[in-house]
Amino acid sequence: MTAPVYKKKDFMSDQLVRWCPGCGDYSILSQVQTVLAGLGRPKEEFVVISGIGCSSRFPYYMNTYGFHTLHGRAPAFATGLKVTRPELSIWMVTGDGDALSIGGNHIIHLWRRNVDINVMLFNNRIYGLTKGQYSPTSEKGKKTKSSPMGSLEKPFNPLTLALGAGASYVARSVDVFTTHLRDQLQMADTHRGTSFLEIYQNCNIFNDGAFTSFTDRAVRDEKVLYLEPGKPLIWGPAEQRKGLVLKGLRLAVVDVGEDESEIIVHDPSNKALATWLAELDGSGEFPVPVGLFYKEDRPTYDGGFVEQIAEAKEKFGQGDLNRLINAGDTWEV
Amino acid sequence: MSDSTQTATNVVIRFAGDSGDGMQLVGGQFTRTTALLGNDLATLPDFPAEIRAPAGTREGVSGFQIHFADHDIFTPGDETDALVAMNAAALVTNLARLRPGGLVIVNSDGFGSGDLSKARLDHNPLEDDTLAGYRAVHAPITTLTRNAVEHLGLSTKEADRCKNFFALGMVYWIYGRPLKPTEDWLTAKFSKKPEILDANLSALRAGRNYSQTIELFQATYEVPKADFRKGRYRNITGNSALAIGLAAAAQKTGQTLFYGSYPITPASDILHALAPFKQYGVATFQAEDEIAAVCAAIGASYGGSIGVTGTSGPGVALKGEAIGLAVMAELPLVVICVQRGGPSTGLPTKTEQADLLQALYGRNGEAPCAVIAPRSPSDCFATAIEAVKFAVEGMLPVFIMSDGYIGNGAEPWPVPDVASLPDITPGFRTDPEGFLPYERDPETLSRPWAVPGTPGMEHRIGGLEKQDGTGNVSYDPLNHEHMCRVRAEKVQRLQRFIPPIEVHGDAEGTLVVGWGGTWGAIRSGVDVCRREGLKVGQIHLRHLNPLPADLGDILARYDRVLVPELNLGQLSKVLRDAYLVDAHSFCKIQGQPFLTREIADAIRQEATR
Repeated sequence: MTAPVYKKKDFMSDQLVRWCPGCGDYSILSQVQTVLAGLGRPKEEFVVISGIGCSSRFPYYMNTYGFHTLHGRAPAFATGLKVTRPELSIWMVTGDGDALSIGGNHIIHLWRRNVDINVMLFNNRIYGLTKGQYSPTSEKGKKTKSSPMGSLEKPFNPLTLALGAGASYVARSVDVFTTHLRDQLQMADTHRGTSFLEIYQNCNIFNDGAFTSFTDRAVRDEKVLYLEPGKPLIWGPAEQRKGLVLKGLRLAVVDVGEDESEIIVHDPSNKALATWLAELDGSGEFPVPVGLFYKEDRPTYDGGFVEQIAEAKEKFGQGDLNRLINAGDTWEV
Repeated sequence: MSDSTQTATNVVIRFAGDSGDGMQLVGGQFTRTTALLGNDLATLPDFPAEIRAPAGTREGVSGFQIHFADHDIFTPGDETDALVAMNAAALVTNLARLRPGGLVIVNSDGFGSGDLSKARLDHNPLEDDTLAGYRAVHAPITTLTRNAVEHLGLSTKEADRCKNFFALGMVYWIYGRPLKPTEDWLTAKFSKKPEILDANLSALRAGRNYSQTIELFQATYEVPKADFRKGRYRNITGNSALAIGLAAAAQKTGQTLFYGSYPITPASDILHALAPFKQYGVATFQAEDEIAAVCAAIGASYGGSIGVTGTSGPGVALKGEAIGLAVMAELPLVVICVQRGGPSTGLPTKTEQADLLQALYGRNGEAPCAVIAPRSPSDCFATAIEAVKFAVEGMLPVFIMSDGYIGNGAEPWPVPDVASLPDITPGFRTDPEGFLPYERDPETLSRPWAVPGTPGMEHRIGGLEKQDGTGNVSYDPLNHEHMCRVRAEKVQRLQRFIPPIEVHGDAEGTLVVGWGGTWGAIRSGVDVCRREGLKVGQIHLRHLNPLPADLGDILARYDRVLVPELNLGQLSKVLRDAYLVDAHSFCKIQGQPFLTREIADAIRQEATR
């Protein structure tokens, strides 16, 4: 069978997109529509599952199967669907509040089980749909309607949380890095297991400019480290290249000249390195890394789930209803 | 040697000991042997919530009651004819249930000063007149068991673990039961541990021989076979019957049955029973919490499987929002609630019927679900199949309201003919021509089940209000009212599956209306009163939403309506609301099932009101 050929518009639904003008979600939607159209899978095999929040309106705008579920619970719906319909390509959309606050218990179990779905977490570091309260990724001291004197809470780092919970694939991109985002979506799709992609997304109404300190075109080159497997961890404009080296057991920044030999080469199978990189937040001389932090090939939950059923059928034969109800100790009267 | 064998029509025995003494195990063995002998039976396990409460205390007492007879019986019995008490705490907490003149076998080794103080006793009940008026047998069961297994050189701890089988052997002899079924069971269970097998067999046989030899028992008892309808029987608990019923539904439809659950007493045994049914098309998922369990089940239903979740009252509270989503998304879902004492953590191992209103109303918004309730352990089988049929054909959530009493209780089940099971017809749609996600079947009002993977029918569903037909998000005020009414009417139209109500007893006088696991006690109480000449009818509601179409007419025929419930009057509220009937509640909320005499007393009182 030849792979179906689609255009982006085949993945656009007939519903009016109702995010605020200027929202970062528009760019993400556009990249996802483009990437899914190019994956060569029949359109009916895609399912977009979301929780609740601005980002979770996403399924309505995709001309695929879609399920807008409950606040924080999308991982559970996706798990139930994937283990019973493993042939489907499931894309989960969630936000920082949805995934890390009300749904915290579900996403950690999704990561450790390694269910084969793609997770896009739109992190805007604020509650948007409920109009502007601090979120579990808001910086400490954040002043919002619910924290007029500043939030007292240390934020979650979604990437280190994912690594700590045993996620097998951890990556990051940014709404406005359109090419990078498309590449990351494509790569996430190729991973068997829970592919976790954090996407920094600007909320221009309640938290505008949350990421401009490294996404603005003027500073992007100086502050963003594009992680590429097998390549040295180097960033910066051509004349002022910087790199990451190990000093003792800590990362340090050095100027990079002709000799790149001491610069750490990125290895996404190295969990310790992934954790160090995930801790970098652009403070001081350090960059903000984007791209693939970690990837581990290990059995998926849905794969094991299906195998156990097949194994039971092989061992005991296809179940027979008569045998089932007549099992155990029976007696005739 | 006993010189006489008496014939009894029915006998109630209670095994009571510390929760580490294996009373549930020997109770189960006695049940199995009795079932194989062809008696009708009903059982009541009664155990503490703690796995091992402090040994020897009153709180740690675990009991197992079995009622067996040569005729149809409906309850595990009000009073016990025989009590086996393995220690002081077990004796004092269970003696009140022993009928005057009843047999009590005490393990006299369980009455040392330590045992007495743990049972909060300042004197030894074996040394005063506590047991006057009963036929008491003082047997040093611990010592006798140690002697019986001495040849094996086991540790004292290992030897003492066999004392439950010694006690079982004693009781087997008194009631003329063969040892062979239990010997076979032990042989299979301990085939790889020959020493433990030998020890338990030795204890069992020594107990039997002890009973036979000591001449303390004036008589042994024979309970003849019950007069069962011809056919094949097996003994079954409510939780097992639910599991087998769900697997049967999977086989009937050819669809995967997905069971998402989080461990909770007293529903966990359903998960345990379903997990080894993979070859029958059953998939089980132990979720991270109650909410994930129901959400995963809905996710599976969305994909075309039969989504089922099982829990108890506290879990239903957590699942409420998700059940509302299944109402809104109009997807099949079966929610099993094995009720226990509440509120909050309440009485986890005790029975109650106080989740009826939660099932009917416990969600935000107008979120009607179908609600059905099995009346006995074996009835859980048919109830499970019916619930799946309602859910799949109605495209809506269905509650099964079991309870701890029928979930853990057991009775003989006439194994049904597979061909007699009802057909279940899922409304899958694969034709994209003119497809609308919320297009309704004019008769049932169900929407099509259009699952991901079907070409040309891509669509979106979710928890936001839907426009009828298209399923698009809609804030239109009139559409919302229309949809609320449609969702309620969809449940109401399940009446098409409900047969006419069967009335037991008289067509005039007092009508006793029950639901769920109280059926047996109510039936027994009604029959007692009818034998006394009172005019009493009984109906037992399996369908709580929708209610049967003929219920209003039947209620109107009687002078008085009595509604016994293990809550503070929930069904009576529903009946008063639906039919403006002057229904009187008879309530008990003690974590224990009704006794026959409590029902009979309530009927007598109602009849003379």
